[in-house]
Parts: sequence; C-alpha cells; structure tokens
Amino acid sequence: MSLLEVSGLQTFYGASQALFGVDLSVGEGEVVALMGRNGMGKTTTIRSICNLTPPRTGAIRFAGSDITRRSPHRIARLGIGLVPEGRRCFPNLTVEENLVAAARGGKWSLTSVNRLFPRLAERRRQYANTLSGGEQQMLAIGRALMTNPKLLILDEATEGLAPVIRQDIWASIRALKQDGQSILIVDKALAELLPVADRCVILEKGRTVWTGVAGSLTPALQDRYLGV
Amino acid sequence: MSSALIIEQVLNGIQLGVTLFLMAAGLTLIFGVMGLINLAHGSLYMVGAFACAVVAAATGSFWLGLAASLAAAAAAGAVMEILVIRRLYARDHLDQVLATFALILIFSEATRWLFGSFPLYLNIPSALSGAVHLPGGAQYSLYRLAIIGVGIVVAAGLYLLISHTRLGMRIRAGESDREMIGALGVDIRTLYTIVFALGAALAGLAGALVGAQQSVQVGMGEPVLILAFVVIVIGGIGSIKGALIGAVLVGVVDTLGRFLLPVLLEVFLPPSQAASIGAAVASMLIYIVMALILAVRPQGLFAANA
Repeated sequence: MSLLEVSGLQTFYGASQALFGVDLSVGEGEVVALMGRNGMGKTTTIRSICNLTPPRTGAIRFAGSDITRRSPHRIARLGIGLVPEGRRCFPNLTVEENLVAAARGGKWSLTSVNRLFPRLAERRRQYANTLSGGEQQMLAIGRALMTNPKLLILDEATEGLAPVIRQDIWASIRALKQDGQSILIVDKALAELLPVADRCVILEKGRTVWTGVAGSLTPALQDRYLGV
Repeated sequence: MSSALIIEQVLNGIQLGVTLFLMAAGLTLIFGVMGLINLAHGSLYMVGAFACAVVAAATGSFWLGLAASLAAAAAAGAVMEILVIRRLYARDHLDQVLATFALILIFSEATRWLFGSFPLYLNIPSALSGAVHLPGGAQYSLYRLAIIGVGIVVAAGLYLLISHTRLGMRIRAGESDREMIGALGVDIRTLYTIVFALGAALAGLAGALVGAQQSVQVGMGEPVLILAFVVIVIGGIGSIKGALIGAVLVGVVDTLGRFLLPVLLEVFLPPSQAASIGAAVASMLIYIVMALILAVRPQGLFAANA
C-alpha cells in the first residue's frame, strides 16, 4: 500500500484554476520525483497536499488516513515533513532554535542532524538570516527531519545554490534514501535527480501526464515534457 | 530644587513606565505575533483591577486578590480570543478595531451592570504600605518601589520565556512565518490562545497594581491603552525589549516633563504663563518624542522583524 496517494486533485487560486487533476503516489521507502516545466503546478500540488492551499476536489490519503483539507499542523503531525520552496528558515531564530522549535521525538535528533550536516553544528548559535543559501537549505531539510517525518517533501531542493553546495545536498538526499526515507522531490537538475529517483511523475498544465520508473524517462520524453 | 526631589520624580517615572510595560508587553506580542490590533486590552486591565478589588475585599488578602487578577484576566483573555479574536486574524485592521472597540463597550457595560458606576477601593497591602529612605534624605513609597520590582521580575521572566523556551521559539517563529510553523506541526490556534492569555494576565496584573494606588472603576483601562500603544510604536512592534525601553522612556519623559518644563520655562516667562504653557507642552511631550523617534527610526527602536 502506498504511503501517499493523491487522486484527482483540483486546486484554485481565487477564481483561477491551477490544478486540473493531479494523481500521484509515493510508496514506503520510495523516492518520487515530481517534474514539469515552470508553472505547471508542482508547488501547488505540494501546497495542496499540505493543505496550505486547500484543494477544491480530489482525495489525499496518507499513511492510511484521509488527510484532504485537514489543518496543516495535523497533516504535519501525521508525518509529512515539508522543505518548502525558498527554504523559509525562521530568520529571527538561531540555527539550533530553527531545528528544535517544531521537533518531535524519533530517531532524528540534534545529534543525527548535525552528523548529516556538520556545517549546521558549526553555526548553531548564528541567526538563520546570516547563513548562505546552501546552509539555509541544509537547515530547512534538518528542520523537517527533526519532526521525524514518514515522508519528506522537498520543493526545489537545490535551486539557486552554488555547484559545490548542490553536490553536498544531493549527497545528503542519497544518504536519506539509503536510510529508507520516503521522499517526494522537485528539482530541475535531471542529471542528479534521475539517478536518485525511483519513479517520476510529470505534470503539464496542472495535470499528471506521465508516470513511470526513472529509467524509462527517455531523452525524447524529457524533451517532450521538460525541455524549454 | 533638591536632588532628592529629582530622584523621587525619576522613580515615579520609572514606576509609571513599569506599569505601562506590563500593558505594552502583551499588546506588542499580540500585535507582533498575530498582527492584531486589540483595543480591548484596556478592558483586560480593568478586569484584573476589579478581580483584585473584589477578592481582596472578600478575603481580606491583597495577595489573593493579585492572584485572582492574573487568573481572571487570563481567563477573560482566553475566552475573548476563542469567541471573537480568532475570527479577526485574517481580517484587515479596520475590522479588528471595530470588533475590539465593541468589546470595550461590552466589557464596560457588563462591569457597570455587575458592580455599579461607583469606584471600588483597593488598599495597598500593609506589608508594603510604609516608606523607605532614599539616599539624599528623601522618603519614597515602598509600594511604588515594589511595583518597579515586579516590572523587573516580569521583564526578566518574559525575556527567559521568549528567548530560552520552546514556547518562545515558536512565538518568534510564528512572528516571522506563521504558515511555515504550522506546516511543521505546531498548532497555531492554541499557540495564539496561549499568547493572548499571557498578554491578558500581564494587563490584569498592571490593573491590580495600579488599582491599589488609584481607584478601580469602569473606563480605567483606556487612558493606559493609549499610552501603551505609544510605547509599542516607539519600542518597535513585536519587541519585548522595545516595549520595556519604550515604556520606561515614556514614563520618565512624561513624569519629568510635567515636573521640569514649568520650572525651565520660568527662566524666560512670567511664572503664571510658564506654568500653563509648561503643563500644555508636557502633556504633548511623549507624542513629540514619538514623532521624533519615528522620524529617525520608522520601525521603532527595536523592530522585531527588522
């Protein structure tokens, strides 16, 4: 049975419709890449799953319960850890406070997050707004892990980061996968994303148009759905 | 003019500042964290004063009254938040002002209905009723010194709460990005109710402390509310440190202004004119200070999100 099961999702921003029928699923221990060109509905899909932008129709099941339009904090407590687009670390909290503020017990703790991202340990007393973009991304991932999620959702995991830092982030995502962490991930860097993903879901104009294992996403399909 | 008199006036200013801080701390948290303008904060101050007066009269103990003021104001605040305020967070400030102004009227009329229009009297507890000798030979009210002490303790406690506890981290996180702290699993509604009740309890404490000095009556909260808004604008909205420094600044400027301006103006003007002009300017002084500070720092002295 899948951990996350999304079907027929339709979401509106005011009067304008952004999602016209998104279907996707993430299995236990699976890494699923959510793909599509800019503006096709990836972030809206994630916001709908977390009920930050409530969907109008469709159903979302997570870990055996219906979470459609449940309040965001309940969804998070059921085990969805969000790393949002733009990272959104709390600028007026220190690194350690960002990690601890919403933490819930489990195998991830300050010690294990600091082992995954040693830079965060070095900067623990610094305010989050003094960190570089890459460090903020590490912090956002660490902050989500501290809630000990069953499913980690990463929106634009490495966007706008320096190449060296991107490699660090990808290495940590591979380590998480190795560890059995279920992940739903959005990123534009196909060269890194495809090897780590088990399956891909492609959105076009707010609809799921292609789903399959990462290996079967041929260059022709990439060009058809993702090329610019 | 003796130095003892000046010391006394400075202490009076600090004491006024400390009571303003108790009001402003809750107001600035509520405004900073939830983006809500709560005009009814003065009603919570009144609730605290009445609870203290009634319980102290019934039991003979000022201290039980003080505990009652905290409990009653916190409970009134929590009920107010759950029934009314919760519906206002997403509304614009004009709706908030209208709704909380209505709350002022409701609280005032309900209090008048319960206790009548005559002031209740609340006596200073006998343990604090004496005076102490200050260096320089002057005497100063022990009760006023105790209020200053309470303010320092509350300021330190709030500082520890905000900067060293998980609740404090969540409050600050909610201040910078409330959607995100919710998406991480923190129940914002409960968090807001706690913050609101905490702010209400502090307002109630201020009402009880001041009620023992002055009288406990309907409408006692609104003049203090206006000063508290001046304080949080000067201090920077959302900042507890700003509220403390702004409150002491407003208290000292107001008190010393009323005391010193007429004296200073006598140097240039005949005494009768100096007294009337001095008093007029003194009553404007804190607003002049506010305008000057905002001209230099539009965000206030310690804006929380700057």
